[in-house]
Amino acid sequence: MEKLAVGSRIWTTAIWTFLCFMVVNILGLIGTVVVNSFGTHWFDSWLPAGFTIRWYHAAWSEFQLTDLVTTTVEIVAAVVVISIVIGVPAAYAIARRDFVGKKIVLLLFILPLLIPPITYGIPLATVLYRSGLGGTMNGVIVANLVPSVPFVILMMIPFIEQIDPRVEAAARVFGAGTTRLLLYVLTPMLAPGILAAVLLTLVRTMSMFELSFLTSGPTSQTLVVALYYSVFAAGVRAGQSIDAMAVVYTVSTLVWVLLALRFINPAQIVGRAKT
Amino acid sequence: MNSNEAPLRTYLARKGWDGVTLLVVPAAALGIILFAYPCVYGLILSFTPKTGGIFASYAAFFKDPFLYQTMFKTLWIALPVTLFNLVISLPSALCVRLARRQRLLTTILVLPITLGTVLVAEGLLDYLGPEGWVNRVLLVLGIISVPMRLVHNYWGVFLSLVVTGFPFAFLLTLSYLSGLDRGLEKAASTLGAGPARRFLHIILPLILPGLAVTFCLCFVDAFSVFPSAVLLGAPAGATRVISIAAYNAAFEQFNYSLGSAIAILMGLVQLAIVSAVLAARRIIYNGPLTSGKG
Repeated sequence: MEKLAVGSRIWTTAIWTFLCFMVVNILGLIGTVVVNSFGTHWFDSWLPAGFTIRWYHAAWSEFQLTDLVTTTVEIVAAVVVISIVIGVPAAYAIARRDFVGKKIVLLLFILPLLIPPITYGIPLATVLYRSGLGGTMNGVIVANLVPSVPFVILMMIPFIEQIDPRVEAAARVFGAGTTRLLLYVLTPMLAPGILAAVLLTLVRTMSMFELSFLTSGPTSQTLVVALYYSVFAAGVRAGQSIDAMAVVYTVSTLVWVLLALRFINPAQIVGRAKT
Repeated sequence: MNSNEAPLRTYLARKGWDGVTLLVVPAAALGIILFAYPCVYGLILSFTPKTGGIFASYAAFFKDPFLYQTMFKTLWIALPVTLFNLVISLPSALCVRLARRQRLLTTILVLPITLGTVLVAEGLLDYLGPEGWVNRVLLVLGIISVPMRLVHNYWGVFLSLVVTGFPFAFLLTLSYLSGLDRGLEKAASTLGAGPARRFLHIILPLILPGLAVTFCLCFVDAFSVFPSAVLLGAPAGATRVISIAAYNAAFEQFNYSLGSAIAILMGLVQLAIVSAVLAARRIIYNGPLTSGKG
């Protein structure tokens, strides 16, 4: 019994060491980007020779960050609002009704979450380009709706199932129609769930590279797509200036991640569609 | 209300289609127009090349070694990474689920997933580079005498997929494990089973379905690697993955038919591996598909 305890202690220590190693590496790779973006000159040493914020000024003008941020905010806001407006009522219908064809409808919502975006993104982008939407901001918004509407639906179903149907029955008795029921009874009760869905859709759209990349044109790039292009063409601009942009992207995404984590468990972020 | 409408309405209501059900229509329409239709369109497009017969695009893919080898190169990255991530996330999750303060760890681990592969690639380029902190630490410790080449090759992509894939596998496994009834283990323990037997006979069979799903999700993600294969790998050589080939064909050579054909082949390989894993799960494990709260 004594021997066993020692063995399991070594085992536990080894695993925690590994996890700490992973954490150190994750912080290290983010740290490299942050430190480099503030460094004057970093070569052959542990830390840059000096610190400056001039790369942020450089990045701001070189990458036209004002335009990029505006475009990103507009795209993300549109995707979040449309996904919630379409997704929450659909989730309500699925949670409350058993109808013919429900399985097919559910499959239609689960598949875009299971199939990686690049797989369906190529035919989707082809269709969008043929219809004239490709390369425009509307095209990017439309493409991002494909995974985000199902995401909102699958996330909201359990929240709606938790609500006692008798509350709705009472509202109906007092003469509320479906619209009023949704607006005045369900929305307030679902507020925490909707807030979580808003934040997660926001984060997912901010960091959605593949679909935005495939459908965006020069004037409709989001931050993450512009970051990809600048890393891809590394050497054209100073590495620090690219890192400064990466930090702008990281900070603007992390704010929402940390806010979202106040309401939900980290495991829920990855639990895309547990089927 | 006219007389024809009423019976239709009752008929539909009996099938579950009433006013409330109609709320699903906008979302379903969106799914059909933006997801199902493009998939079908892509399928048709892949069989209607500009020149040649209906299978010309597929033939082009399988005739050109530069193209068909992308499939094996992608598998050669995706399968080892997925196995590695899964094999280390199971013991890690087993250990962590007992810990009281998991929140900080899970919060840090979720960062690479939420920040996305582009940022991870940009960070790793410096971090793993010849002047980066990793090589510096290894040099100081005397483990290596010249900086290791960790980027712009196979290992750059492999490591980036570990950085984004391990947290994903770990958090999924953790959520499956936390859904298990702890009473079962306690009962086994009371009956004299040690940690190894408890794991093999109680925990493993219960989370095997969950592990199979985790494997599928991780594999599908790794198989569709794109930005990090370009930025951290050798996109013309060892890490020319299938998604690069598909993108290249569709949007650089504007051969939409070939691009769609490659995208469909990519989907088919993913489907084949996923069905193989799920079929194996059915053979090994016969019971409810999800365990615990899953």
